[in-house]
Amino acid sequence: MKRLLALLLVPLLMGQSKPVLVPDVSQRDIEIAYSFTGAELLLFGAILYPGGRLPDDDKPTDIVVVVKGPVQSILLREKQKVAGIWVNASRLRYRSAPSFYAIASSRPISQLVNDRTRAIYELGLDSLQLSPASSAPTEEQERFARGLVELKRRSGLYFEAPGAVEITDGVLYRARVTIPARVPVGRFTAETFLIRDGRVLAAATRDIDIRKSGFERFVARSAERWSFVYGLSAVALSVLFGWGAGQIARRF
Amino acid sequence: MDIYLPIANLSVNALVIVLLGGGVGLLSGMFGVGGGFLTTPLLIVYGIPPTVAAASAASQVTGASVSGVFAHIRRGGVDTKMGGVLVAGGLLGSIFGGWLFRLLQASGQIDTVIAIVYVLMLGSIGSLMAHESWTAIRATRSGAPPRPRKRRHHPLVAALPLRTRFYRSGLYISPLAPLLLGFFVGILTILLGIGGGFILVPAMLYLLGMTTQVVVGTSLFQTLFVTAMATMVHATTTKAVDIVLAALLLLGSVAGAQIGARFAARVKPEYLRLALAVIVLLVAFRIGLGLGWRPDEIYSVELS
Repeated sequence: MKRLLALLLVPLLMGQSKPVLVPDVSQRDIEIAYSFTGAELLLFGAILYPGGRLPDDDKPTDIVVVVKGPVQSILLREKQKVAGIWVNASRLRYRSAPSFYAIASSRPISQLVNDRTRAIYELGLDSLQLSPASSAPTEEQERFARGLVELKRRSGLYFEAPGAVEITDGVLYRARVTIPARVPVGRFTAETFLIRDGRVLAAATRDIDIRKSGFERFVARSAERWSFVYGLSAVALSVLFGWGAGQIARRF
Repeated sequence: MDIYLPIANLSVNALVIVLLGGGVGLLSGMFGVGGGFLTTPLLIVYGIPPTVAAASAASQVTGASVSGVFAHIRRGGVDTKMGGVLVAGGLLGSIFGGWLFRLLQASGQIDTVIAIVYVLMLGSIGSLMAHESWTAIRATRSGAPPRPRKRRHHPLVAALPLRTRFYRSGLYISPLAPLLLGFFVGILTILLGIGGGFILVPAMLYLLGMTTQVVVGTSLFQTLFVTAMATMVHATTTKAVDIVLAALLLLGSVAGAQIGARFAARVKPEYLRLALAVIVLLVAFRIGLGLGWRPDEIYSVELS
C-alpha cells in the first residue's frame, strides 16, 4: 500500500511530467448594486511547463476557458400552433441546466478536441450535459436541447467566443468574458483547460461569487422573508405617491 | 440611466419606465381609468417577465386611483355602502384569482389565458364604447337632443333575494349583485394587473343601474382597495412585486395623471370616450395578432 502511494506521489513530487495551469480572475466577487448592467471578467494566468522549457515540437498549445453559472432545475416549455394560436404544448424538465455558460478558446473548439472529449469536459454549447428528468424520445430531447441553447444564446446567457483567448509567448494567456445583468446570483466557476494535440493536459478551477449587495440585497431578501410587510410597503408607497401628487397638483 | 430591478433580476433604463408610467398616467388622468390594461402589456414588450409585470402594475393603478378617490369623496361622489360590498367581493375574487393564477402558472397556460382574456374583454368593451360615443357625437352634431336613457337594472339583478337600500346610488337591490360583480373584477385584477374600472363603470351603469354621479367615484374606491389587495396577494404568493419597478412607474404615472386630468376638463367627454375606445381596440388587436403570429421565442424557461 505504501509503495503504491509512493508510486502515485512520484509524478506530483517531481512535478515534471505535465504542464500546470495557474489561473486567476480579475474579480472573485461581483456585487450587484443599483446600477449593475453586467460585468466584464478578465480571466488570465500562466502555463508552467516542466523544467520551464516550452515543448519543442511545433504542435500548437491551446487554452479554453469555461465560465459556468449555478445549475438550475428548470422546466422548458415549447409552443405549438393549436387551433390558430400559439400555446405551450409540450414540456421537458431538466434537473441541472447551467444558468450561465460561456466558453472562450484560442481557436474554435471543434478544431481542438474530438466529440468524445468535448462531451466529457462539456466543451461547447452542443456538448452540455443538461440531464433531462423525463424519458422523452431522443429526437424530442435533442429538439428541446437545441431550443434551450438557442433561447439562452439569444438572451446572452450562453455563448461561445472562439478566438477570445490570447496566448502570449506560449506561457501567459488571457480572455475577457462578459457577464450580462440577467444572470442569477450564486457561485460561478471559471474552468481553464490546457489542450495540446487533442488532449486535455491540465485543468484548473477558480470560483467567482455573484451576489446582490446593499439595497438590492435588502429588497430581494425582504420580498422573500417578510413578504407581508414587503407587500404593505409597496401599497403604502403607491398610496403615498398618489396622495402626494394630488396635494402638489391642488396648489397650482 | 440604468437601474437594476432586484426582483425582476435585470437592469432597465429608468427614464423609459418613468416615461411609460407617465404616458399611461396621462391617459388614465384623461379617461378616468387606471391604465393597468396598458402598463402590463407594455412592460412585457419591454422585456419584464409577465408575472413581475402583472404584479407590479397593480400598485401603479393603486397610486393612480388614490387622488381620484379623495377628490370624489370631497364632492360626495362615493357610495361607501355600495363600494364596501364591491370591495368585499373584490377581496374574495382576488384570493380566488391568486389561486387560479398559480394553477394556470403550473400548467404553463397563464400567458395564453391572459392574452385571450385581454382580447375578448378589450375587444368587446372597446367596440361598445366606440359605438356609444359615436352615436353621442352624431346626435350632438345633428342637433337632436339625446334621448334620456331610462335608468333601470337588469332583470337578473332584480331577481336576486335579500334586497337592501343603497341611498347614494338610488337603488333597492340585493347586495349579491355588486358582490358578484366585485368578485369577477377582483379575479381580473389579479390575472391581468388591471384595476377593472372600464368594466366596472359600464356594469354599474347598465347592469346595476346606479346614479351616474356616484359611478366613477365608487368604481375608483373599489379599484383602490382591490389593487392594494392584489399587490398583497402577489407579494405573499408569487413574490413577484418589484418595488423598484413600481416606484419608477408611480413616479411617472401620478405626474401624468394630474396633467391628463387638466387636459380632460377642456375636451368634450364623448370625444374622450371615442379616443379611449380606439386605444382599447388597438391594444386588443395587437394582442390578438400576437396570439396568431409565430412568436419570437418558441421555448420558454421556468424555474422549478
